[in-house]
Amino acid sequence: MTSSPLSDVSRRSPSLKLPSIPWLVTFGYLFLMLLLPTAALILRTFTLSPAEIWRIATSPVALSAYDVTFMTALFAGLTNGIAGLIIAWVLVRYDFPGKRLIDAFIDLPFALPTAVAGLTLATVYSENGWIGSLFAPLGIKIAFTRWGVFLAMLFISLPFVIRTVQPVLQEAEREVEEAAWSLGADEWQTFWRVVLPPILPAVLTGIALGFARAVGEYGSVVIVASNIPFKDLIAPVLIFQRLEQYDYAGATVIGTVMLLISLVMLLAINLLQAWGQRYGN
Amino acid sequence: MAIDAPRFNSLSKNIPPASHDSVPLRRRLVKFALIGFVIFYIGLVLFIPALNVFVQAFSGGLEPFLETFTKRPFINAVGLTLLMAAVAVPLNTVFGLCAAWAIARNKKFPGRTLLMSIIDLPFSVSPVVAGLMLVLLYGRNGWFGPFLEANDIKIIFAVPGMILATSFVSLPFVAREVIPVLEEIGTEQEEAAKTLGASEWQTFWRVILPSIKWGLLYGVLLTNGRAMGEFGAVVVVSGNISGKTQTLPLFVEEAYKQYHTESAYTAAVLLACLAIVTMIAKALLERRTGLKPESKH
Repeated sequence: MTSSPLSDVSRRSPSLKLPSIPWLVTFGYLFLMLLLPTAALILRTFTLSPAEIWRIATSPVALSAYDVTFMTALFAGLTNGIAGLIIAWVLVRYDFPGKRLIDAFIDLPFALPTAVAGLTLATVYSENGWIGSLFAPLGIKIAFTRWGVFLAMLFISLPFVIRTVQPVLQEAEREVEEAAWSLGADEWQTFWRVVLPPILPAVLTGIALGFARAVGEYGSVVIVASNIPFKDLIAPVLIFQRLEQYDYAGATVIGTVMLLISLVMLLAINLLQAWGQRYGN
Repeated sequence: MAIDAPRFNSLSKNIPPASHDSVPLRRRLVKFALIGFVIFYIGLVLFIPALNVFVQAFSGGLEPFLETFTKRPFINAVGLTLLMAAVAVPLNTVFGLCAAWAIARNKKFPGRTLLMSIIDLPFSVSPVVAGLMLVLLYGRNGWFGPFLEANDIKIIFAVPGMILATSFVSLPFVAREVIPVLEEIGTEQEEAAKTLGASEWQTFWRVILPSIKWGLLYGVLLTNGRAMGEFGAVVVVSGNISGKTQTLPLFVEEAYKQYHTESAYTAAVLLACLAIVTMIAKALLERRTGLKPESKH
């Protein structure tokens, strides 16, 4: 893989040595920064016996942590899928005062450090916080429960669907909608049969990106949850706790499970994006 | 005819009034309901929490806010945060430019898609897993552990490990932002410059750099924001030693856990300002280039 582009470049300009430097930097840096650490994690896992890997990966506390992590992230991703679609629609189609401010604000979860997000969500949604105090009389606790995990994941995965759907919606031809409309389709029919199909790949890509981000999230969740096993402990926090207890085998195995799942997600996202591009053409 | 006539009638009687009166009204209602929902949702999830950061930081007046600035651990955290960005940003900028050039200018080489996916890896790997990888590599029990210990080099629970973790999580931004710009500008100008006798360096500085500068700047801003704000990966490798291996995000968490809420919010305000600057710069760059930058983070 390395040799063919190198020889390709040097064939084109045999007198210049410089073009090879970008390649060296790219592969050297990726090797040191990404591949070596990834290899360390995977190979460390395989120093354990298969039975032991299975025992750690499927221990009750780990299973419960996967459940909290993945189900909550899925729930948050889907909620943002629907809300994000509506927000993208409103930002593209309607004009109202404050629209540009809201549009700029959408990127906040990308820009705000996760520790700050966790801190402020824990305050606002705690029992005596601005919003948490409204729920407290109803017997609903948000911060320091699984709802807190959901909230943090909702926060950090909010921009993805909006930012993937917006450009597609902007390019969508409104004439088609008008045509459906004038042919007698009602709003729902127009939405389900005309508007949604072309933007569906973008919506799913956004949900997948948000889900992947929420699954790996640590900083905001660790502050806004109580991190109690079998209650609201997520897998990344479990890894961290294992490391703190010097249980390297436990951390490594659960870390490998998480790594494999993120690789599968990465593949799914790439396939979704390829599907979206084919749709666009 | 008998069947057609009533249908024609119903069409001519019912539809025109509907499209003149009730439909626009219904559409307007839908519009207001949707805008209302957006404001409600954004308010609940983003706006109120963001506002809260500033309200809490100044709730006790300016004095406790300024007092935090004189505390040793806080000053150290600010310094370390700046150091993280000062090392990770140049490293990832040089790498990002090289990788973007390699990917955008060599469309045919096999494994191009794989290379792009590998560059994206830090976005999909949990920051905690990233930190764990570094511990397994450079920690006491890690691959290089014995060698590092024999030479008295500390990486884990020390600043070098934090720099590695920061560079890991902020690696893809520059490459991701520059690749589409490089692809768009094409190779004509570069080739013209080369034909006219410009060296590789001259071509880069005078031809390529001016045309990618906005994309590059945006990538650098995102890298900087992530480098200064990273929590998960850094907390795993740093050991979170107050005044020694604590960046601002780590300071926020520890101050909060120890009920020093004012200090936590003072640090949070600084980080929130960083976020606001990044967002404003993004909005300005978008207006300048007329392009929506990639939004995969």
